[in-house]
Amino acid sequence: MNEDKDQNNILEEVTSKEYQYGFYTNIEMDTAAVGLTEETIRFISAKKNEPEWLLEFRLKAFQHWLTIEEPTWAHLHHPPIKYQDIIYYAAPKKKKQLESLNEVDPELLDTFKKLGISLEEQKVLAGVAVDAVIDSVSVKTTFRETLSKHGIIFCSFSEAVQEYPELVKKYMGSVVPYRDNFFAALNSAVFSDGSFCYIPKGVHCPMELSTYFRINAANTGQFERTLLVADEDAYVSYLEGCTAPQRDENQLHAAIVEIIAEAGAEVKYSTVQNWYPGDKNGKGGIYNFVTKRGICKGDHSKISWTQVETGSAITWKYPSCILKGDHSIGEFYSVAVTNHYQQADTGTKMIHLGKNTKSTIISKGISAGFSNNSYRGMVRIAKKASNSRNFSQCDSLLLGSKCGAHTFPYINAGNETSVVEHEATTSKISEDQLFYCQQRGIDSEKAIGLIVNGYAKEVLNKLPMEFAVEAQKLLAITLEGSVG
Amino acid sequence: MLLNINNLHVSINGKEILKGLNLIVNEGEVHAIMGPNGTGKSTLAAAITGRNGYEITQGEIWYKEELINEMLPNERANKGVFLSFQYPVEIPGVSMTNFMRTALNAKHEFEGLPILTGGEFLKRMEEKKQLVEIQAKLNNRSVNEGFSGGEKKKNEIFQMAMLEPALAILDETDSGLDIDALKVVAKGVNALRSNDNGFVVITHYQRLLDFIVPDFVHVMYDGRIVKSGGKELAFELEEKGYDWLK
Repeated sequence: MNEDKDQNNILEEVTSKEYQYGFYTNIEMDTAAVGLTEETIRFISAKKNEPEWLLEFRLKAFQHWLTIEEPTWAHLHHPPIKYQDIIYYAAPKKKKQLESLNEVDPELLDTFKKLGISLEEQKVLAGVAVDAVIDSVSVKTTFRETLSKHGIIFCSFSEAVQEYPELVKKYMGSVVPYRDNFFAALNSAVFSDGSFCYIPKGVHCPMELSTYFRINAANTGQFERTLLVADEDAYVSYLEGCTAPQRDENQLHAAIVEIIAEAGAEVKYSTVQNWYPGDKNGKGGIYNFVTKRGICKGDHSKISWTQVETGSAITWKYPSCILKGDHSIGEFYSVAVTNHYQQADTGTKMIHLGKNTKSTIISKGISAGFSNNSYRGMVRIAKKASNSRNFSQCDSLLLGSKCGAHTFPYINAGNETSVVEHEATTSKISEDQLFYCQQRGIDSEKAIGLIVNGYAKEVLNKLPMEFAVEAQKLLAITLEGSVG
Repeated sequence: MLLNINNLHVSINGKEILKGLNLIVNEGEVHAIMGPNGTGKSTLAAAITGRNGYEITQGEIWYKEELINEMLPNERANKGVFLSFQYPVEIPGVSMTNFMRTALNAKHEFEGLPILTGGEFLKRMEEKKQLVEIQAKLNNRSVNEGFSGGEKKKNEIFQMAMLEPALAILDETDSGLDIDALKVVAKGVNALRSNDNGFVVITHYQRLLDFIVPDFVHVMYDGRIVKSGGKELAFELEEKGYDWLK
């Protein structure tokens, strides 16, 4: 206790000390000073020309963050994160309007190509509107006009703050309050940018919405914030995909995604995550601490999370659903692959509050090398949530004998009329399966890719077509070198 | 000469199973390998196809004039060595279409041939499926998952037809088959026989050889071939059993 107090005193002292130097003088800088103080937050907020209420929100979050500590319950091990060594805001030098893809950073395009997906292809073939976020500031937004015809708002978070402040104010923090957890508080204090999406009543979004994130400048933490609102009877499918070039130093990423589904609305949120996982010896890689949560606010609403997690040195992520409306549905489909020294602690929470609510959890963990892969899931059925159902299936697949798979299910059923089912399996890729493939001429690397993709098929099938192909490639690439 | 095995010694976990086996298979020939349980028949199949854990301690396996003792299993397969498994393995979630496509693409890539288009590939699948009277819905079923014993064996012959190997080893393909399925499997094998390929048919029973008539019959005992002859040897074995050969 005393130590905590001391720490707080020191922090307070430091923050107030730096405060006297003022922050407006730094306004021309494109990068915030290293470290996190109240001044940093005022700098970010001023930089983004934010309204007073948002600055207040950030400062409250920051004050709260100072009083709490990093969670330690996850099955993860990493050196302490030095929050004062991180740069909390970086923007490209000049934010100019891009007319064509030729103006996009070639390195970014190259990364897209490695994944077998280019902006051009997406634009032409898939009709996907892309809002690419590079280093916290949106540089490209397409298909905005088509969307606006339907009254759909799809823009960067910063723009939304300026143009639709009432919507942002209404929904931001309503699903993930800044008090929710350590990383949510941090994000709420320093978030730089992100995406905002609003689908009006009764509108079926005519295309898949997609955002690509990339972590670019070294030593820059990424604090994205996504807010997705589907009004009554609206439908949207949203895709999020991430890649990062190799970096030696660990990079912290603490994003927040909030989804609100009003009565009769349906939101499908798909993620393919492929951030730099560190090298073969576990050096480097992204630390990914994400809070994703959706609320089925109205009756008969539905939120479906699908994720393919292959990257990051550390993944801490539990896309969750609060099933508040009666007859609402929550789904979580996940494939998490870890290789080398990667660590993943991921799963979901399904909180049943409304009557006749239904949730499904399908989790497929794949571990190779020296990695550790944990499923952590909570199913809570409130007393009033009568006749609710949950089905959970958690499978683990092990490649080799030096990796680990763990399952931590928490079940809390508050009434007699609800049914909760949980199934779990652990299996290994058998020598027999490998040899069978090899005997048909398929080399061992390809064979593993084939077997693993087969194992994860149930989840991959839930992804939109163009993502499924990318995901299949990723699974195989991630597990390269994991045999022999 | 398709296959030339010379003084082959194979150990599993240090225990010698094959103890100096010799066998020559030429193009156009069907060789039956018979013998009681535990004499090393399946070990021979595993050694020819390069299965992990089957250590060649002495001797050579020559395939098409090339020494393949150390060759990777998938390389042998791409060069035309095929094994119809005694116990075909299930691969959940991998459709037969995807599996065969991957296998055939690997072979074509290895041979430097162009990859079949989707249409060409599917046409070939339809053709070969008819050969073994396999059901139309095979394409989307996971490899061997939920297949009956008969379906699994038919599926092995179907894959053989797809890959058109030069040397096919059928390991106890008749086990667990009723007479109708056996006939279908045999019909498929006979349709694939040609002057360019050879077969090694491993079986316990003479029954299969009524339908797949061999050119040569070999009897294995204790890791060696102890007697060779024509197809009439199979009838002799059926009548007398194996004891007189020990």
